[in-house]
Amino acid sequence: MNSLYSDLQWLPRVPREFPETLKSLGHSVAGDSAGLGRELQALASHALNLNQLMKLAKAVDKARSDGRSLDPLLPFRLALLSNSTTDLMVPGLTASSLRHGIGLEVIQPSYDQVAQEALTADSKVNSSKPDAVLFALDYRALPLKLALGDAEASDAAVQGAVGYLQALRNGIRAHSNAVCVFQTFAPPVEALFGSLDRMLPGTLRSLIDAINRELAGFVRGSGDVLLDVAGLAETVGLSQWHDAQLWCLAKIPFSDEFIPLYSDHVARTIAAIRGKSRKVLILDLDNTIWGGVIGDDGLEGIKIAQGDAQGEAHLSVQRLALDLRKRGIVLAVSSKNTDEVAREPFEKHPEMLLKLDHIAVFQANWNDKATNIQAISEELSLGLDAMVFLDDNPVERGLVRSLLPQVAVPELPDDPALYARTLAAAGYFEATAFAAEDLGRAGFYQDNARRAGLQKQVGGVEAYLKSLDMTITFRPFDAAGRARIVQLINKSNQYNLTTRRYTEPEVTAAENDPDVFTLQVRLADIFGDNGMISVVICRPGEAGAWEIDTWLMSCRVLERRVEHMVLREILERARAAGIGTLKGVYRPTDRNKLVVNHYGKLGFSKTGEEASGLTRWELAVEGADPELAPMKVVSQGFAVREKSLV
Amino acid sequence: MDEPQIYARLTQVFADVFDEDIKLTPELSAKDVDGWDSLTHVRLIVTAERAFKVRFSASEVGTLENVGNLVALIHSRT
Repeated sequence: MNSLYSDLQWLPRVPREFPETLKSLGHSVAGDSAGLGRELQALASHALNLNQLMKLAKAVDKARSDGRSLDPLLPFRLALLSNSTTDLMVPGLTASSLRHGIGLEVIQPSYDQVAQEALTADSKVNSSKPDAVLFALDYRALPLKLALGDAEASDAAVQGAVGYLQALRNGIRAHSNAVCVFQTFAPPVEALFGSLDRMLPGTLRSLIDAINRELAGFVRGSGDVLLDVAGLAETVGLSQWHDAQLWCLAKIPFSDEFIPLYSDHVARTIAAIRGKSRKVLILDLDNTIWGGVIGDDGLEGIKIAQGDAQGEAHLSVQRLALDLRKRGIVLAVSSKNTDEVAREPFEKHPEMLLKLDHIAVFQANWNDKATNIQAISEELSLGLDAMVFLDDNPVERGLVRSLLPQVAVPELPDDPALYARTLAAAGYFEATAFAAEDLGRAGFYQDNARRAGLQKQVGGVEAYLKSLDMTITFRPFDAAGRARIVQLINKSNQYNLTTRRYTEPEVTAAENDPDVFTLQVRLADIFGDNGMISVVICRPGEAGAWEIDTWLMSCRVLERRVEHMVLREILERARAAGIGTLKGVYRPTDRNKLVVNHYGKLGFSKTGEEASGLTRWELAVEGADPELAPMKVVSQGFAVREKSLV
Repeated sequence: MDEPQIYARLTQVFADVFDEDIKLTPELSAKDVDGWDSLTHVRLIVTAERAFKVRFSASEVGTLENVGNLVALIHSRT
C-alpha cells in the first residue's frame, strides 16, 4: 500500500527507452533548443526513482551549462537551508520540478549553516536573491530540551523553538525578501514512556506536536508557506520515514525511498506559489464515478448504492469530487455516451451524490476524449494545463496523454476503492492559501445551486423568479463592454442562434455603425451580479426590417424569461427607429439544439426551412407583446431614463 | 546466490548509480572511479540494498574497502 506514495503510482511507469531518450537530449544540436523544456517535462512526468531523478537533473545541469533555454518552463530559484545532508535532495528537487512546469535552480549553501545563512545580509543565500527559501529542517535542528511533566518549561521550549524559526524568517525577509517555506517536523518513532508521551508535557512527542501547531499558526496569514512534512511522514509511516542507518551514515534526514515523494511535494508547492495548480477536474462516468456501463446496464444496473462494495468505492470518488468543488475546483464530465443516457443517473438515481448542478460542462457524446477536453477547456476559458482527467480506462488515458500532454491524467489502480486516494495523492490541486477568491471561482456554479435550492423553498416558478429580485440592464455596445462581448461571441455555443464569430475590430465596427443596432445585457439578482449575459446584433435588412444577425445568451440565466425581456427591448428600439419587421434565423450546429424553437417560443412565425435544418422567422413589430418577467429594467446609453416594470 | 550472479546484478547497480558501465573487479575501489565520493557511496549502498533485498549496518558500510568486500558481505546475507 505504501508503494502508492513511494513509487508515485499516479504517474505512468518509466518507459524502457528512458536512458536513450535522456542521452539524445544531451547530444542533440545545441542550436535547436526549442522544445527542450517540454521534452524534459515529458520525461519527468513518469514515476522516476532516485537514480533516474539524478540522471534527469544531470541533463538539466548540462543544458544550463551549455546555455540552452528551458522555455517554456518557469524559472524559479530556491535556496535550501538544512541541518542535514541535502545532496540527494537537490537533484530530486530539480528533476521533480520539471514535472510541474518549473525550471528550478537550487542554491545550496554549506552543510548545516542555517542560522548564519538566514541572518547574515551578504550570505550566499541572501545575496543570491532567491524566489523562496526552503527550511528543510528536521526535529534535530531545533534547540529542544526535554521538560518531562513540566508544563511551564515545556511551553518555554516550544516558544524557544518557534522563536528560532521566526528569527530565521525575519532574517530572510530583511535581507532577501524571499518567500519562506517552513516544514512541519516529523516526530521520531522512539517513545520514552509509551502512549503517555502524547499527553505528558515536555516529552519529545508533545513538544513536537506543539511546535507544529504553533508553526502552522505563525505561517498562516504571514504570506509564507507551510510544507506538511509531518503529515507526509505520517502518511507513509514514521518508522518507514525515519531511517536510523542513513542518518548515522550520512546525516540523510529520511529514507532515500521517499526522496521522489518529498521532492514532488516540494515541487508542487513551488508550482502552487507560482499559481500553476490545476483548477478543473474532468470525470469519466462509466466505471469511474459509478460501477458498470449506464448504456448497457441501465439505471437499475449501475453500482452506486451504499452497502454495495463496488458502489461505495465509486461513491468515494464522487465524495472527493464534491469536496474539491467546495474548495473551488470546477467539475466537468467527459463521457462516451448518448447525452440523455449519461444524464439519467444524475437526474434520477437517488444514491448519486453528484448532481447536474455540480457539473460546469457536461460533454457526453461519441467524440474522442481529447476533442471533448479541448471543448471543456474552451468553454471554461481555462488552459489545458489547468485540467485533470480521471478515467478508469487505460486506453483513454493514453490517448489524452499523447494528444494533450498538458492535461494531467493520473494512472489508476485496478481497485476502484483506491481511485479517490490515488487522485488525492497526486496533489494536482495543491494550494498555499485559501482565500475568498477561491470560493468565487466556483461561485457562479455555487450560486446556481443556491438558486435551485431557493426554487424548492418558495415553490412555484413565478414566485421564485420574483424572489430573485432581478435587475436587467440594457446598453448598446461600448468600449467598456467590448472585451466581454467579443468573448461571448466567440465562446457561446449552446444558446446561440447563428454562432457567428466576430473579432474585436468587427465588433468595434458594429458598435460605430449607426445603422446597426447592438445590445449588451447584464443581469443582477440577490445572489450577485451575473455580469454580461446576452448579446444581440441587428443589421438593416430590406426596407423597414432588422435582420437579427446575432442573438446569444449565457446558459446560466436560462428559464428566467430573460430572452422575453431582451425581445421587449429590441421591439422598443425598433419602434423608435421606425422598423416594422424583425427577421430571425436559426442556424443549427451540433451544440445549439437548445434554441431550435427560440423564435417560435417568442411569437415569431416560421417563414422558411432548409434541408440543413436552418429555419427563418419573422415578427411584426406592431402589436408584438412578449411575456413580461418580474425584473427591474434599466436602459442606458440609448436615451437617459429608467423605469420599472414590476 | 553465487558470486557470479552477485557480480552480474551489482554491475547493473553500478550502472544505475554512476550512469555508465563499469567493469567490476574485487579490487575496484572508490579511488578508481570518477565521481565515487561519499555521497555516491551512500547511493550505491542503498541501491544495492534494494537490489539484493538486504540491509547493511552503519558499521558494515564503514568497513567496506572495495567491491570484493561488498560482494562478500552480500554473499553472507543471501
